[in-house]
Amino acid sequence: MDESPAEVDVTMSQVAAPLAIEVQEASENDAATGEVVFDLHDVNVYYGQALAVAGVSLEIYKNHITAMIGPSGCGKSTIVRSLNRMNDSVSGFRLTGECTYHGNDLYASGVDPVEVRRRIGMVFQRPNPFPKSIYDNIAWAPRILGLKENLDERVEKALRGAAIWDEVKDRLKTSALGLSGGQQQRLCIARSIAIEPDVLLLDEPCSSLDPISTASVEDLMQELKRDYTIVIVTHNMQQAARVAERTAFFSLDVSEGRRTGILVEYDETSKLFTRPTDKRTEDYVTGRFG
Amino acid sequence: MNSIAGTARLPSSRRFTDRVGDRVLFGLTALASLIAVVVIALVIYQIVHGAVPAMSKYGVGFLFHDTWNGSTIFGGGATIFGTLVTSAGALLIAAPLGIAIGLYLSQLTSPRTAAVIGPLVELLAAVPSVIIGLWGIVVLAPIMRSTIEPALHNVLGFIPLFGSPSLSGSGIFTAIVILAIMALPIIAAITRDLFLTVPSELKDGALALGATRWEMVRGVVLGSMRPGIASACILGAARALGEAIAVLQVIGFVFQAHANLFDNGSTLAATLANDATSNNTTLETASVFYLGVILLGIELLVNLAAQAIVRHYRLPSATGGPTQKIVDVSAAATALDVEM
Repeated sequence: MDESPAEVDVTMSQVAAPLAIEVQEASENDAATGEVVFDLHDVNVYYGQALAVAGVSLEIYKNHITAMIGPSGCGKSTIVRSLNRMNDSVSGFRLTGECTYHGNDLYASGVDPVEVRRRIGMVFQRPNPFPKSIYDNIAWAPRILGLKENLDERVEKALRGAAIWDEVKDRLKTSALGLSGGQQQRLCIARSIAIEPDVLLLDEPCSSLDPISTASVEDLMQELKRDYTIVIVTHNMQQAARVAERTAFFSLDVSEGRRTGILVEYDETSKLFTRPTDKRTEDYVTGRFG
Repeated sequence: MNSIAGTARLPSSRRFTDRVGDRVLFGLTALASLIAVVVIALVIYQIVHGAVPAMSKYGVGFLFHDTWNGSTIFGGGATIFGTLVTSAGALLIAAPLGIAIGLYLSQLTSPRTAAVIGPLVELLAAVPSVIIGLWGIVVLAPIMRSTIEPALHNVLGFIPLFGSPSLSGSGIFTAIVILAIMALPIIAAITRDLFLTVPSELKDGALALGATRWEMVRGVVLGSMRPGIASACILGAARALGEAIAVLQVIGFVFQAHANLFDNGSTLAATLANDATSNNTTLETASVFYLGVILLGIELLVNLAAQAIVRHYRLPSATGGPTQKIVDVSAAATALDVEM
């Protein structure tokens, strides 16, 4: 419940005390090895002729939580969806520049997006459980991927991993659509980790959740980063400050009548929120933006 | 208290005739609805009433007696058999094809291609059945006789269904193909609209788990739409059950029930179209009405079944999910002018 005031959007009161935001220290994370998982270099994303995101370069580290923040339309979701090639189905989508995953170019010809997504899981803005039972939601992907041995244990492990086991263990055969929004979102996280991916991409996972559910998902992320590399897109600066070791601030560059998303600053969260080097970052994190 | 009493004395800014419009609107629309109900009731009454002489003479045995000599003996067995066999056969062909078209147009091809092929498929539903029947006589029957029936007989001849080929090319099997062509656009269009309602979040969710396109389609699109698909197939079957003219043109109209699909036969609807002439005997007219009662009953059952399936499987959907729009099936069917 202590988390709930933080859900309120940035208000003028915080302008006066930007340093009051509690910040996740990168050094706290012992598991982080400094190994680079994603390496983006000068990535441009086009939708048709329009340049949607321009010149993004950043490195995402193993067992870190990396947050992407910024105003609506700044391209943070576009970038995170590019990391597991979920944009492939968007008509007119085109990506230039280097986007590598453990040194492999994700957009090289011959790269199978199915294989990419097998390793890089994703949880979406709106909870999207399948209209199946809770058990089948988790078991569906392992079944199609041939991970049928000890399926019951795998399902239980995934549900425990997503901190929802105790709530659903007595109703595994009932429809997942009967769960609350927060439970559904944790079920979707469980569904993702059931196939033991390497990376979890979370695209505004808490935007449709209440503060209590949000807190439970944030706690869960701290647990999960021991085993997974996590990238989270969020509208909520406090959330980024609470959970992420590193934060990327995206913004909109409006020039010549075009609106293009750009990466303004990428740094350790503590530094980005307390000693931003860019004026635009400072304006945004202190609430002076727009 | 004053304010309540006061409202009664508010000066009216509208003329009396404005209120008349409301009454007239209500009256006319209610009357139109009433006319529809009365017409349905009258039709059912007339058909049942007309069938009474045959019903009292033959009773339920009419359903199983398969002789119909056109003068003294009348039994509906052969035509009921023909109706069920042709419709079931048509459904067996049209359902997989129609679902495949629905999947292709909604999931697998670009919207641009779908915008070209979709209307063409729907156009197939708009071709008058007598023209499809004509095509059946002129084009399909010769091919059936010369190629398809002999080939099926050679390969599957050990099954009684695929007996000796027909001499003319007309027969039950040709009617099945014609009916399949007529049911196809209905199943294709309804399943396409159904599959388009699968939320992209669900499809993304499946793809993000490393599913291939086929696994996504099977698990999420087909999986969550099963009741809707069943309803679409039933509506396609309803189209086949009620089709008279095209069947009459290609079935080689004979009152007999055979295992051999290549043989001639008859259906309820075709018999109604063929035998309901003015110079019938009283008993024959009554028997034709009896067939009409049976056809009405089958169609009614089929429609109730479709509705029951939809109602039974409507899940409580937290996300306003995929099951929500299945009820639109009947609306889609109406738009396609399905005869029910």
